[in-house]
Amino acid sequence: MNAVDLTINLVYVLAAALFIGGLKLLSHPDTARRGNLVSAIGMLFAVVITLIDQEVLQYQYIVLGFIIGGAYGAWKAKSVEMTAMPEMVSLFNGFGGAASLLVGWATIVAMSDMALRFTSGFVFSTVIITILIGGITFSGSLVAWGKLSGKLGSKAVIFKGLRELSIAHLVAFVIVGIAFVYNPDSAFLLGLAILLALSFGILATISIGGADMPVVIALLNSYSGIAACAAGLAIDNTILIVTGLLVGASGLILTNIMCKAMNRSLLNVLLSGFAKPVEMGEVITGEVKVMSAQDAFYVLEAAQAVLVVPGYGMAVAQAQHAVRELQNLLEENNCTVDYAIHPVAGRMPGHMNVLLAEADVPYEQLYEMDDVNPRMENYDVVIVIGANDVVNPAAKEMEGSPIYGMPVIEVYRAKTVFVLKRSANAGFAGVDNPLFFKYNTRMVLGDAKDTINNIIREFGDQ
Amino acid sequence: MEMIYLIFIVLLAALLGFELIRKVPATLHTPLMSGSNAISGITLVGAIASAGGDHEWLTILLGTGAVALASINVVGGYLVTDRMLGMFKKKDSK
Repeated sequence: MNAVDLTINLVYVLAAALFIGGLKLLSHPDTARRGNLVSAIGMLFAVVITLIDQEVLQYQYIVLGFIIGGAYGAWKAKSVEMTAMPEMVSLFNGFGGAASLLVGWATIVAMSDMALRFTSGFVFSTVIITILIGGITFSGSLVAWGKLSGKLGSKAVIFKGLRELSIAHLVAFVIVGIAFVYNPDSAFLLGLAILLALSFGILATISIGGADMPVVIALLNSYSGIAACAAGLAIDNTILIVTGLLVGASGLILTNIMCKAMNRSLLNVLLSGFAKPVEMGEVITGEVKVMSAQDAFYVLEAAQAVLVVPGYGMAVAQAQHAVRELQNLLEENNCTVDYAIHPVAGRMPGHMNVLLAEADVPYEQLYEMDDVNPRMENYDVVIVIGANDVVNPAAKEMEGSPIYGMPVIEVYRAKTVFVLKRSANAGFAGVDNPLFFKYNTRMVLGDAKDTINNIIREFGDQ
Repeated sequence: MEMIYLIFIVLLAALLGFELIRKVPATLHTPLMSGSNAISGITLVGAIASAGGDHEWLTILLGTGAVALASINVVGGYLVTDRMLGMFKKKDSK
């Protein structure tokens, strides 16, 4: 190893240490912002030292690519609405996958005939793995982005032969992969692998329904890291391997948390499109009790402890700022306000927390499901805003329900429950919700933001 | 590089990743994802060698595309994460 190589590798070690330090600082909201900065400095070191590599002879194309990508990324980061974070993260996952795919592809194209003949099979295996994972990440993320942003329908798309087609893809991956390792100069096999990866990514995500999207985003996040790691193995670059794996591990942990929160295995989520719809064990009957915003105000005015349970509907109605305003009024009225956030509330892990942070709700007032469930009886009023499945008592009571066994926020044990909902229909997952029929539940129908603003107005009138 | 040496790195990095991420609280999971998006832009390092080498046009084209895509992740990922984390406030700091 000569002096330049040694320097580069030492700086890579430093960069890796900064990434690790940055992730460590991310374990608390107070230090998280600094952690992000530390990680960015690590990235800067890694990129700058790579530019002085002897192999880099011309800079114009690097600068061109960086300006185009950097400008788009900066614009997107500044302009994105917090409600649209899930789409943006999916899109970025896809770009990461595509970048790894291109690096893998370029590695093969750059090889001379000699290199193609004498490079070990291990390298070609890692190249083909990079291309497959990168391709799946790219097309899968684009489908996820389309579904989340409403450009594609959010329902699971299922057609006859989907399962057979998917299995055929997996078999083809193995055959094409092995053939490629023995014939790395075949442009046909390379192109076929790319096409297969892209179409498999589409097949795998198009069959997954909207409520399972948090799992899919987390998983694609993990793939984008694994693709970077595979690219690192292919081009023999340790910083790519180490960093790619950090991202891969992060995505896998989040995926696991999401699956646990839905009481399902990863396989069950991924194959959900193939399962037959579950018949409801019993039909829920009863009368829904509707309440006006004015009556809701009278109850809230007398309340000592209020819990707010937000769901994706809060993001759709952009109600987080109104919720914050109501919180102020309640606190002035000597009432404590807590928030309970289910792990799969929203369309990506932690989405609700960001929306509430945007509305200036201090993070100390946000609680996890397991923190609030034991003291649910102490709350005078629970306000459910745009959440449905995550507060559905059917998960505990009805064995025939598709969500039976899923851990939920047990709001029905509170003294009174307000459900803010557009109409009394079933929620996103199409599961009937017995909560609406409980004796202590009142439905406040209408747009969530309007409803809260109406209640706020009542406070003002007093 | 020796394959066994690479496997060693892979194993240690994966274990370290699991240990680190496990400690990130649920409230920061969205910034964690956008932050790890930014970190996965490390592919930029691999793309630079392809775009800047003395290669034929196809390699340079692919490399430049990879540089652009990875730059989106790096620049966009870090900026949006910073923007989000700036919103997380303590009770007394309002």
